[in-house]
Amino acid sequence: MAGAAVLGRLTWRLAEVAGVVAQTMRTRTLVLEIDGWSGHRAGQHVDIRLTAEDGYQAERSYSIASGPDDPRLELTVERIDDGEVSPYLVDEVRQGDSFEVRGPIGGYFAWSPDDGGPLLLVAGGSGVVPLRSMLRARPRDVPAKLIYSARTHDDLIYRDELSALGDDVLLTLTREQREGVRAGRVDEDLLRDETFAPDEDPRVFVCGPTSFVESVASALVELGHAPERIRTERFGPTGR
Amino acid sequence: MSPVSRGFRGRSRSDAPRDRVPPGQYVTDDFPVLSAGPTPHTPLDEWTFTIAGEIDEPRRWTWDELRALPSEQITKDIHCVTKWSKLDSEWEGVSVDTLLDAVDTEAEHVVAFCDGGYTTNLPLDDVTGGKAWVAFAYGGEPLDPEHGGPARLLVPHLYFWKSAKWVRGLTLRVDDEPGFWERYGYHNYGDPWREQRYWGD
Repeated sequence: MAGAAVLGRLTWRLAEVAGVVAQTMRTRTLVLEIDGWSGHRAGQHVDIRLTAEDGYQAERSYSIASGPDDPRLELTVERIDDGEVSPYLVDEVRQGDSFEVRGPIGGYFAWSPDDGGPLLLVAGGSGVVPLRSMLRARPRDVPAKLIYSARTHDDLIYRDELSALGDDVLLTLTREQREGVRAGRVDEDLLRDETFAPDEDPRVFVCGPTSFVESVASALVELGHAPERIRTERFGPTGR
Repeated sequence: MSPVSRGFRGRSRSDAPRDRVPPGQYVTDDFPVLSAGPTPHTPLDEWTFTIAGEIDEPRRWTWDELRALPSEQITKDIHCVTKWSKLDSEWEGVSVDTLLDAVDTEAEHVVAFCDGGYTTNLPLDDVTGGKAWVAFAYGGEPLDPEHGGPARLLVPHLYFWKSAKWVRGLTLRVDDEPGFWERYGYHNYGDPWREQRYWGD
C-alpha cells in the first residue's frame, strides 16, 4: 500500500479550468479538466506550475479538494496576500484558462475506505480542504467526525456542504460569537467530549496552520490516542 | 515547452540569486514546519545518539556527551520538496565525520532513525566529507521541537526531508533501504538541483 499512489514518473499535464466556485472572501475552488488524470486518494495533493510570458515559472503544492469519485479534480486555494501564486489562482484565473498539474502526490496523509474507520478529522482554516476530500470518499457506514475551526462564520469553507452532514461535523469559531455555533478553540475538552475515544481506535487526520496542528496533535496524544494513529499536515510559517 | 498561463507575471525575479535557487523552488524568509505526525518530546536525560548496523561496536552518546564533542557553525541554503528554499540558514551541530571518526565499515548507505518512527536513507558518501551534521541549534537558539529539536540531521545539499527531525541515530547498511517518505512516493536520493522530488524524477 505504501506509495502505491505514485507509480513511475509523474508527468506534467495540462489542466483546463472548467469552472470556478467562490467559497469565501479569501478562497475559491477551481474545477479542473485534466487529460489522462489517473485518479487520487483522498488527502493527496498536486503540484501546479505556472508559466509567465517570458518563460519564468513558479511551482506550488495544493491539496486536492474533490473526492476520488467526483467527475473532476477540484482545488480550493486560499489567497495569501503577499503570495506569488495564490492571488493569481484566487483572483485572476477564469474559466478556459489552463496551467500545468502533476500528481497525485503523498501517500501518508491519505485515506481510502479500505483503511477503515472511524474517521476523526480536525481542521483549522483552509486545512479543511484535504479532509473534505476524505468526507467525500467516506461510505455511509464509516463513522466520521470533522471538527472544523475557523475565525468567523464567513471564513467557513464548504459551509453549506458541511452543515448538511449534521452531527458528523462540529464547527467552532475563534473570533466570532454567533447563535447556534460553538465559539472557542479546539482544545482537549472539546476533543474528549465531541469525538471518538482512543479505545474506538479512530484514524486521525489533523490539518491546519502549524500552531493549530501542534496544539491539536499534542492534545490528542494527551487524551491517549496513539501517536502513530495521528497523521498531520501543516502549512504556514512559524515566525522564526 | 510549457504553455503560458494567461495573466501570470510572477514576482520580480531579481530578488533571489538564481544560482542559489534550484528549479521549481521559491525563496522564503519563514521557516515552515512539515511533519507527518505529532511532535515527540524526549527528555534530554533520556536522549542518546547511536551509530549501529555495520560496525563492530555500536557507538552511543548521551546528550551531554554529544554536546561535549567539537561542534561547528554552519551557514547553508536549505531546500524543501514542498517548494520553499531558505538562504543562509544558520546552524550549529556536530559533523557526522566526527561521529564516524575512524569507523571501519563495509557500509555504503545509512538510515537515519528518529523519535516518532521516522526514517530516511542516504548514501554514506552524502553524510561524510563535511556534508552532514547533527544540528542542535538554529539561529543561535536551541532547536525548537517543531523544527526537530533537541537535534536533527542536517544534510543541506539534499531536499530537506533527508534532514531528519528528532534524529536519534544512524544505522550503517551494506544495502540501501528506502526510508519513510522514500516509500511513500518521494525520490530515493532527492537532489534539488536535479529536481528529484518524486519516484521517477
